[in-house]
Amino acid sequence: MTVLVVAEHDHRHLADVTRRTVSAALALGDAVDVLVAGQDCQAVGEAAAALEGVSRVLLCDDPTYAHQLAEPLAELVISLASDYSAVLAAATTQGKDFMPRVAARLDVAQVSDITGIEGPTTFERPIYAGNVMARVICEDPIRVITVRPTAFDPVGEGGSASIETVPAAQDPGLSRFVEESLTESERPELGAARVVVSGGRGVGSAEGFQLLESLADELNAAIGASRAAVDAGFVPNDYQVGQTGKVVAPELYIAVGISGAIQHWAGMKDSKVVVAINRDEEAPMVQMADYALVGDLFEVLPALRDGLRALKS
Amino acid sequence: MKVLVPVKRVVDYTVRVRPRSDGSGVDIANLKMSMNPFDEIAMEEAVRLREAGVATEVVAVSIGPAAAQDTLRTALAFGADRALLLETEESLAPVVISRALAAVVGEESPDLVLMGKQAIDDDCNQTAQMLAARVGWGQGTFACRLEMGDGEVIVTREVDGGTRTVALGLPAVVSTDLRLNEPRYLKLPNIMKAKKKPLDRRPLDSLGVDTRSGIRMVSVAEPPARKPGVRVADVGELLDKLKNEAQVI
Ligand SMILES: Cc1cc2nc3c(=O)[nH]c(=O)nc-3n(C[C@H](O)[C@H](O)[C@H](O)COP(=O)(O)OP(=O)(O)OC[C@H]3O[C@@H](n4cnc5c(N)ncnc54)[C@H](O)[C@@H]3O)c2cc1C
Repeated sequence: MTVLVVAEHDHRHLADVTRRTVSAALALGDAVDVLVAGQDCQAVGEAAAALEGVSRVLLCDDPTYAHQLAEPLAELVISLASDYSAVLAAATTQGKDFMPRVAARLDVAQVSDITGIEGPTTFERPIYAGNVMARVICEDPIRVITVRPTAFDPVGEGGSASIETVPAAQDPGLSRFVEESLTESERPELGAARVVVSGGRGVGSAEGFQLLESLADELNAAIGASRAAVDAGFVPNDYQVGQTGKVVAPELYIAVGISGAIQHWAGMKDSKVVVAINRDEEAPMVQMADYALVGDLFEVLPALRDGLRALKS
Repeated sequence: MKVLVPVKRVVDYTVRVRPRSDGSGVDIANLKMSMNPFDEIAMEEAVRLREAGVATEVVAVSIGPAAAQDTLRTALAFGADRALLLETEESLAPVVISRALAAVVGEESPDLVLMGKQAIDDDCNQTAQMLAARVGWGQGTFACRLEMGDGEVIVTREVDGGTRTVALGLPAVVSTDLRLNEPRYLKLPNIMKAKKKPLDRRPLDSLGVDTRSGIRMVSVAEPPARKPGVRVADVGELLDKLKNEAQVI
C-alpha cells in the first residue's frame, strides 16, 4: 500500500516534523510519496526527494499555495487521495487545519495525533490530555491521519526519489490571506530542541523571562511557557506547551514557576528528564519531576546559569 | 446575522480521568461534567456579537445524551436565544457529528458557526474543519481575534510560529482558541432566565444522517508511568545529577 505524506515547509526549507511524519508513513505502508505544495518551493521538493524511503515527490508549485490556506490545500490533497491507502500530515497547527477537511470530503474518519502504529489499521493516540492512551481501529478505505511528531524519529537522508509536478487544484476561493506575525528567534525550534526551558505564572513578567533566556543561552535551549504565562502576555502564544498548545519531548525540560496542571503536563510528559523549579513543594510539577528544586526562581536561575558556565570552563 | 454554536458536554477539565482496569474504556458515570471549555469561549464570543448588535440570534446545539440539556441550559444562561438537543446515547466520532451539524446548518441557515477548536475528552480537533468542508464554507481555526467586516469575518489564528490572519466570506465556520476571550461568570438571574428559554429536543435520528463511521476505540490504557523523582537540595546537587546521573548536560 502507498501512503501520501503532505509536507510542511516555509517554501524554502522542509520542516523537521515532515521527516518524522515520513517515518510514521514508512511504518504504515511499503511506499511513501510526499506532496510539496507551495510557491517557489523547488528546494523543498529536492529536500523531500532526498529523504530515506521516499519513492516519489509530487511537487505543486503554484501561487495558490503561497499561504498554505486550508481550503485550497485540502482541495489539492483530495484530488490526489484516491491513489493512496493513507494520507498523513504532522499534527501541527497546519496539519490540524486542513486534514479534517480532507477527511470530511472523503467522508472518512480522521485519526488525530497518533503516537503509535500497531498495524495498517490500528493506532495509538492520547485522549483526555494524555491521561489515557486509546487504541483505535480505523477501517475506512483511505485513512486520514495526523502524526504527533515527537512520537516518531526523523528519517535520515540518502534517498533519491523522483520529482513529478502535479497541477494545482481549483481554488475554492473561500478565504483570503491578510497578514501574519511570526515570532523571530535565534533559538532552536521549540518542537525540536534538545533542551527546553519553560516559564509559568511564577516568572511574573516579560522581564522575568530574561532570566530564562540567559539560562537558555547556556543550554542552547528553546523557551516554552504555560498557558498562564502566555495569557498574561509575558511571551507570545506560540510558546505555549500543553494539551492545546505545543507538544514537546526534549532530553531535558526545565519547568520554572509552573504548577504542573494536567493540561501543561500533557504537552511535556514525554520529555526524557524533567526538572521542576518551584517554591511550592506541594506543586504537582515538584511531585512529578525527575529532579525538583524547591526555592525562589529569582535566586535559583542566576545560580544555575553561573553553575553551568563554571561547568563549561 | 444568525450565529450557531455547537456545544459538547464533557468531563470537567479539573477531573483526572483514568481508564477502567479491564481497559474497556473510561468510566465517566459519576464524574463532574461541564461544557467543553473551548465551547464556552465560542458561546461567549457569539453572545458578545449579539450584545454588540452584530448578531440578531444565537442558537446553541448539542448532540449527545439527555443530560446534555444541562450544557444547553448553560448556553442559554450565557445568552443564547434558543437551544436544540439532538439526542443520542452513542458516543460518535467527529466525522458523524460533522454530518449531523451539516444537516443542522441546512435547517437553520446560520451566517456564522462558532465552535470550540477541540473537545478536551477525545482531543480530536476536527469537527469545525469537517463541518466547514461538508457545507463548502471557509474556515478560521484556532481564533484568538475575530472582527466582522463587510460580508466577511476577519479571523486571527494562533499558529505554530505566531499568528496568521485570514478573511472569510460569510457564511463561515470559526473555531476558538483559548485567548479569544474570557467567558463571563454566569449570574443567578441569567441562570433562572435560561430555564424559561426554548430548548427543543429531538432524537438524532430525526436528521436522517448516517451515524456509522469507520473508526472505533478498542481499548484504553494508562500512559507509561514515569519513575519517581527526587528532591535536590540546591543548585550544586541539581547540576551534579543532570551531568553525572541523567547525563543531559
Ligand atoms: C481547556 C484548557 C486548556 C488548557 N491548555 C493548556 C495548555 O495547553 N498549556 C498550559 O500550560 N495550560 C493549559 N491550561 C491551563 C492550565 O489548567 C493551568 O491553568 C496553567 O497551566 C497554569 O499555569 P502556571 O503553572 O504557569 O500557573 P500557576 O498554576 O498559577 O502556577 C504558578 C506556579 O509558580 C510557582 N511560583 C510562583 N512564584 C514563584 C517563585 N518566585 N519561585 C518559584 N516558583 C514560583 C507557584 O508555586 C506555582 O506552582 C488549559 C486550561 C484549560 C481549561
